[in-house]
Amino acid sequence: MSKLSPTLLAAASLPHPHIDFAALSPLIALLGGAVIVLMAGLPRSQTIRRHGVPLLSLVALGATAGLTIWQWQDEKSIVSGALRIDRLALVLNLLLAAAGAVTVLLAWRSGREDSAQIAAGEGDSLEERRVERIAQQRWSGELHALLLSSIAGMALLVAAQNIVLLFLGLELLSIPLYVMCASDRSRGRRREHSLESGLKYLIIGSVGSATLLYGLALIYGATGATSFTGIAHAIASHGLSGNVMLLFGVTLAIAGFCFKSSVAPFHQWTPDVYEGAPTPITTFMAIATKVAALGAFLRFFDVALIEVNSDWGPAIATLAAITIVVGNVGALTQSSLKRMLAYSSVAQAGYMLAGVVVASALGVKATVFYLAVYLCMNTAAFAVIVARERETGLGDSIQAVTGLGRQRPWLAWPLTLSMLGLAGIPATAGFVGKFYLIDAAVSGGYTWLGVVIVIGSMISLAYYLPVIAAIWMREAPAIEPTPAAQGPLPAIAGGSPELDEVGGATNLSARAGQGRVVLVALLGGAATLFFGIVPQPLFDLVQHVGRGFGLF
Amino acid sequence: MPALSILIWVPAACGLLGALLSGVPRSASGLRRTLPATFALIGSLAAFGLAIGYIVEYKTGSQASTVTQTLHHVTNVTWIASLGIHYKLGIDGLNVLLIGMSTLVFATAILASVARSGEPLERPGLYYLFLMIAESAVLGAFLAQDLALFVAFFDLMLIPFYFLTGMWGRGERRQRIGATIKLVIYTLVGSLLMLAAAIATGVLAAQQHGTHLNFALSALQTLRLSKGSQEWIFIFFAAAFLVKMPAFPLHGWMPDGYRAMPIEVLMIFSGVLSKVGAYGFLAIVLPLFPQASVHFQMLMLLIALASILYGSAIAFRQTDARLIAGYSSIAQLGFITLGIFSLQQQGAEGALLQMVNHGLVVAPLLFIVLLLSRRTGGSEDIRDMGGVAFRAPVLATIFLIVALATLAMPGSANFVGEFLILLGVFKAKLAIAIIGFAGVVAASVYALRLFIRSMHNRKGAKVDSHDISWRDGIVLVPLVAAILFLALYPQPALKRSERSTSAAVAEAQVFDAKTIASVQGSGWTSYKPIADQKTGPSR
Repeated sequence: MSKLSPTLLAAASLPHPHIDFAALSPLIALLGGAVIVLMAGLPRSQTIRRHGVPLLSLVALGATAGLTIWQWQDEKSIVSGALRIDRLALVLNLLLAAAGAVTVLLAWRSGREDSAQIAAGEGDSLEERRVERIAQQRWSGELHALLLSSIAGMALLVAAQNIVLLFLGLELLSIPLYVMCASDRSRGRRREHSLESGLKYLIIGSVGSATLLYGLALIYGATGATSFTGIAHAIASHGLSGNVMLLFGVTLAIAGFCFKSSVAPFHQWTPDVYEGAPTPITTFMAIATKVAALGAFLRFFDVALIEVNSDWGPAIATLAAITIVVGNVGALTQSSLKRMLAYSSVAQAGYMLAGVVVASALGVKATVFYLAVYLCMNTAAFAVIVARERETGLGDSIQAVTGLGRQRPWLAWPLTLSMLGLAGIPATAGFVGKFYLIDAAVSGGYTWLGVVIVIGSMISLAYYLPVIAAIWMREAPAIEPTPAAQGPLPAIAGGSPELDEVGGATNLSARAGQGRVVLVALLGGAATLFFGIVPQPLFDLVQHVGRGFGLF
Repeated sequence: MPALSILIWVPAACGLLGALLSGVPRSASGLRRTLPATFALIGSLAAFGLAIGYIVEYKTGSQASTVTQTLHHVTNVTWIASLGIHYKLGIDGLNVLLIGMSTLVFATAILASVARSGEPLERPGLYYLFLMIAESAVLGAFLAQDLALFVAFFDLMLIPFYFLTGMWGRGERRQRIGATIKLVIYTLVGSLLMLAAAIATGVLAAQQHGTHLNFALSALQTLRLSKGSQEWIFIFFAAAFLVKMPAFPLHGWMPDGYRAMPIEVLMIFSGVLSKVGAYGFLAIVLPLFPQASVHFQMLMLLIALASILYGSAIAFRQTDARLIAGYSSIAQLGFITLGIFSLQQQGAEGALLQMVNHGLVVAPLLFIVLLLSRRTGGSEDIRDMGGVAFRAPVLATIFLIVALATLAMPGSANFVGEFLILLGVFKAKLAIAIIGFAGVVAASVYALRLFIRSMHNRKGAKVDSHDISWRDGIVLVPLVAAILFLALYPQPALKRSERSTSAAVAEAQVFDAKTIASVQGSGWTSYKPIADQKTGPSR
């Protein structure tokens, strides 16, 4: 004992960095949750794999949200200034936790559903399908662990105040997503699509990451700082606003970010990846990735590069305008709802960039507000797609929701509200969100961008309204014993009624046990309507998100 | 709860209640069918009653104590503080008559839906829900005293019609859905441009005057925008309103939309929704953008004139009775635009009266088209009609009253309206007024043509004439009674609107007087009484 004491004393007197565990606790909850969930997936018990793992994931996400709220009033930099815990990070953390919970709920299937699915499946024998389903469940633990670590990456990304951590967060976000995209292990075309989607995302995501990394390196080269505030300081004090190396770095960084947030012309991967990935994962990519990417956009451009706003502002404004047009026009001809929503998410990213461009506290608030609204609207839409994918053999084609108004009003209303909201119709949250963004754009001197936003909304009506028409104004496809989803699908725009007569089976037995999915859809739809009429809670939420930036 | 909120939300609440209750008793199918209709009737009649109450109680010009207090029953609650949007409602001389007309047309359209013969309505719960939401949105648009709130209601009121036309419309499903989407996109394109323009109005006004963002109309009126901003914003607003009316070059959605809509819904769409556009010019555009209104006065007058001539000319040639009503609406709305952009008090007052008149006239006209089509084996083509009057004297009488009102027979309120409009235009632009007179003549041609071809002439091949049932009578009688009442007593209506209309054009007149003064004597289109010319511009 006495022999050891000098060493112990020396160790005790070593200066060790102060670690603010409280501020790190949401991240710890996510990463710890990931490990626990991974372990929980190991036992062979079907019940644990089927219900225990999602439940634990939900607990981890709930803990994250709770710990985030616990930090609510805090505003500090931790880990020697690499992470910034402020209202922006906390609000986005909440949105990420919500997006994660939505994903878990959509991916969570009950046993009854499984057996219905197995009974209704196509191709191989009943026994083979059952084996396949059980094999799929073996991945449950891994999938949820990947989901949680991806969310941890996103939380890191939106709090990053340092280009090294920014990149770290981005990779932690992306790598699990590549795997998740490719995770559909059912046989046949869906698996191929899923693998294709994962590979495509991996390759394009890597190109995006590499571009961003190069850009960050050049910015470091020009300014000699890795922290955002250091970069901003260096630009201000050395007058770097015309510096070629810096501008080149900024350009590459913009390109990298645009890859991640699917901003045109770097959006081409989005429809393919969205379509191929399993729908709950698509939901996660559509809502959570957008939150994280735009959060990073806001912090990086409005803190680190605020001094050279006059250089990147017009560039990003142009990109936003191109994105709005390309996304909306691209969505016009889609026959798959997932592809349509993919293009629509491209357009929505364009709308939200308007809030980044203006580089003002108002812009930050408007963007975060729209992110929250966007989360509600897309949650409703994707939940309905998931439900219909399981009930019909029609996949995510527009036919799957045809006649929904008469058949399943509880699914029809959320989807209708979501479409109206995405189109920006009053009495939905989308209207208020767009109002706020246009307000920010006009206040920031980008009136023309505000006009582009409404022009985009006009184009978008041409693909959102036909979905509503399909739900309410067309008859449900006739019930046939075998699904005919392999044939050509009707275009969304204009519709093609001669194809409405043929159609797939509506598997009534699969309807049972869809409670969770319907609940998510209803929550999304109700939130879309509620925040359209009483938006004040959301305004209160985003009230101080721009406060910590200190540069406005 | 403030009174005007009750007026606005009672219809929607009744619609919702009916829809929800009809969903509950799954077994009693009779109840499911009648409950929504009953609730819709209660809601629309309650709204009508309230509106009549407001009209009766409205203090006319001479009785009101002060000139400044023009807004009555104001409800003012902050809706979205961060955006400076208020839930502000109020009654003034511009909207008091219009809400009366709207609630009456809505109530009769619902009566018409209830009285509808033939196959019962599918999904009545949803049908009445959408109708009642539309009524709430329309009343909200009329009563809103906040620019953003107005825009929200203006956009919202179109959405129920998308469902109503698409789900209960006429014709083959594919065509119907196409027409519906066209209708909604066409009209929402204008509305969305207006959204951008409205936000810009608020933001730029706050920036140019260094105040907080505030969309209340009263606040925006004091924060005048620079002329350059006014001009592009004016164009966006005008696009929205002209599409909704519809006016001549922007009416592309009208024929398909009219054909696809069920006629009960069309009564509302044609009678009420088009007026919201015209109301927008009076209540929003003229007070907020007076310089731009003067700047674009000639353009708007020419559009109005083109609408009158084009609408009348096509109405001559149309054989579809429904489209005759449609094209005549284009012409009538052209008159209204003409009156508003004369920028004279008489013109605006006439336009307002004409808005009420047109709503009261076109709704029974369309319902009569429905009655006629029932007597001609479902055809709405006037070539298939003829000789209906012989066995249907009551229908013929009612139709004659409506037709004479449409053509602005002296003695009808429409005559007073058109007279005032032309008086206003005469003061402002002489040449335009002279061409505008042609429209008055044209109206008598197409209205009488429709009447004669359907009621008189030789009996059509499939015509099976019989008089109207009491159920049809219930729909027609209130509208015709309102027409006759306004014909006999236009003065109460004019009294209620005169102060607000003169306030609406007052700002524009200031700038107009300046322009007139600067070009005194040089413009051959401007006319001034000799007495005025001696003393210079009156203001």
